[in-house]
Amino acid sequence: MAYIDDSHDMISTHAREARVEDYLALLKPRVMSLVVFTALVGMIVAPVAVHPFVGVVAICCIAIGAGASGALNMWYEADIDAIMSRTANRPIPGGRMVRDDALVFGVILAAFSVGLLGLATNWVAAGLLAFTIFFYAVVYTIWLKRATPQNIVIGGAAGAFPPMVGWAAMTGQVSLDAVALFLIIFLWTPPHFWALALYKKSDYAAAGIPMMPNVAGERSTQNQIMVYSVLLTLVAFTPVLTGLVGWFYAVPATILGVGFSALALRLRMAEGAEMRRRARTLFVYSLYYLFILFLALLADVGIIRWFGAV
Amino acid sequence: MAPVQLSDEEIKARRRKRSIAIGLALGALVVIFYVLTIVKMGPAVFDRPL
Repeated sequence: MAYIDDSHDMISTHAREARVEDYLALLKPRVMSLVVFTALVGMIVAPVAVHPFVGVVAICCIAIGAGASGALNMWYEADIDAIMSRTANRPIPGGRMVRDDALVFGVILAAFSVGLLGLATNWVAAGLLAFTIFFYAVVYTIWLKRATPQNIVIGGAAGAFPPMVGWAAMTGQVSLDAVALFLIIFLWTPPHFWALALYKKSDYAAAGIPMMPNVAGERSTQNQIMVYSVLLTLVAFTPVLTGLVGWFYAVPATILGVGFSALALRLRMAEGAEMRRRARTLFVYSLYYLFILFLALLADVGIIRWFGAV
Repeated sequence: MAPVQLSDEEIKARRRKRSIAIGLALGALVVIFYVLTIVKMGPAVFDRPL
């Protein structure tokens, strides 16, 4: 277990007096935006409506909770962040903040977001949010990430919880529909990150993170991406089976899923530089996939709500 | 990365900005708790043994 050494030059006046912007960077705003979006969809498609103000507070709590996870992640990962090009300029490896400040910031935000969500909505949602933060910061970041190539498969659960938290904030419980939303993001995560890991392989190797391409090889990773893509395409239909949505969701889900699987197959058939190019294509596609799929969920529920069942 | 020594003015400016950010966050919490209380309890806020 590699800790960064706090005793060397990082404790300078500079790092002790971090700027507000550096604290905001700890929240991983880009990850937060995806969390806010999926959680918001979970809240809106839930069959119970709460007062709009309560809804706004709930989404803020989920966003801050996600930010807390990001801060705790950066507190722990400062050593490997310093090695990878993508993360070398984060506040701690960039020498603009001391590690302890990130830890304190993360813990305080986590406590406040969970407490406020519980008071504003219910303690099922708050408990789920607390578990999500714990899962990302401890189970994924501290335990799995450096230990096993299955890191992002299991860690993917952390990213899959937000729509469930949103659903629970509205309804006070976790239903089959919420589990369906969870499963979609859960199965989406491995092909998404393994595509990234395929074309950023050397970065992960340098940092010593056991990503699948580095451990099991590129061919095996391509095969596993293929399997998860097909599973994802099928599981994307569970919201139809639970009766949450109908055709307006099913059609785009089919098209998007076929596209996902086709890109995974194309990736499987390539090697070398061409393979890395296709991996990048799949990575970008996967982002659009999730975004459009959840938009389709929203659109379908909206149509059913305003015009009755189609 | 080599540590950069900050001038006293720069340190003061950063502290001030952090204080403002914390102040705004606390202010937002006060407003949130106030409005939440009204929204969730309404007039029932006063419906208690005094």
